[in-house]
Amino acid sequence: MPDPEIPVVTIEDLGILRDVTEDDRGWVHVQVTPTYSGCPAMDAIADDVVERLTRAGYLHVDVEFVLSPAWSTDDISAAGLAKLAAYGIAPPSPTGPVALTLSVRCPQCGSLDTRESSRFGSTACKSLWVCNACREPFDHFKAL
Amino acid sequence: MDAHVEYVLGLADDALVTAQRMGWWISRAPELEEDVALANIGLDQLGQARSLLQHAGALEGDGRTEDDLAYWRDDRDFRCVHLVERPQTDFGVAMARLLILSAYQNELYAALLGSTDGVLSGVAGKAVKEVAYHLDHAHHWVVRLGDGTPESHARMQAALDAEWPFVEELFTPADPALVASGVAADPTALRGAVLDRIAKVVAEATLTLPEVAPRLGGGREGRHTEQLGYLLAEMQHLARSHPGARW
Repeated sequence: MPDPEIPVVTIEDLGILRDVTEDDRGWVHVQVTPTYSGCPAMDAIADDVVERLTRAGYLHVDVEFVLSPAWSTDDISAAGLAKLAAYGIAPPSPTGPVALTLSVRCPQCGSLDTRESSRFGSTACKSLWVCNACREPFDHFKAL
Repeated sequence: MDAHVEYVLGLADDALVTAQRMGWWISRAPELEEDVALANIGLDQLGQARSLLQHAGALEGDGRTEDDLAYWRDDRDFRCVHLVERPQTDFGVAMARLLILSAYQNELYAALLGSTDGVLSGVAGKAVKEVAYHLDHAHHWVVRLGDGTPESHARMQAALDAEWPFVEELFTPADPALVASGVAADPTALRGAVLDRIAKVVAEATLTLPEVAPRLGGGREGRHTEQLGYLLAEMQHLARSHPGARW
């Protein structure tokens, strides 16, 4: 199922789909975790999950939001990272024990000569960057 | 009110009221990127508030939802500190306050990672990363303005002076039984690290730590400034005028 805000990746790619179980009555229980506490897409995600599973023939679907363990950009799959880059969003670098900002590669031309133009972007999970080489602005998925 | 519920409401209301005050800045910040930044910070705080209010409602056991607690309590039932409830229509004040609040929340949520209340430790696990980013944002602005022009320096210093009397209330002792059982983080134990963190930024910004007497607090017991009432009137108006409305 695609993420409502970044439809090129699925909620499984993003690592926010935590668990799906079906009990012996055929009831489906889905666990989802938010990227950020205030992520406004969570309700849309829950609605989409219920709709898709209902259409697939499951009559009883419930979605639970879980906070722990906290989501990290390290939970994004390798396929998810590749899809983000192909879509034009510079993927996050791995989070380490020490917070450090590595140079972000431009998803358009591949240059490492880039600069941050705004620490906050169109959604909570992204910041805005500009490439000094090709002059194009791009989104960067912040490492969290 | 049960001490556990009251403690969770204190955390929730600090975040909820901060989110509402941040919302004021949308379309009014000095640059478009800052509109987005303050909206995002407000959204993080709102998300934290929602989880905490749901938890408070569940602990209380009377079936109140997050919306019931946000929209249908009067000011005396709020447990936020005075720091967050006053208007912040000066950008320097907004940044001074964000510096103080995020330095405090950073230590608070780091301590709550080990809370024996599983929901609080879960909320803290997410919040601690978010408020670290808020702290970093406030740090940048306070240094940029403090170590800027004579005009920006003077205004940043005035903003810090205005907010400083409200710092001590953050360290109001929590219920001793709640601290002993490992549910609450002892606010008095956070004080040193929070003040250290702020002092470093203030020094880097070439500003001076104000020496002013703390204001009488009382927010954690439901005694608030007059301004909280106006904030609630605006925040709660729609929900109270149209009970049960959905959009």
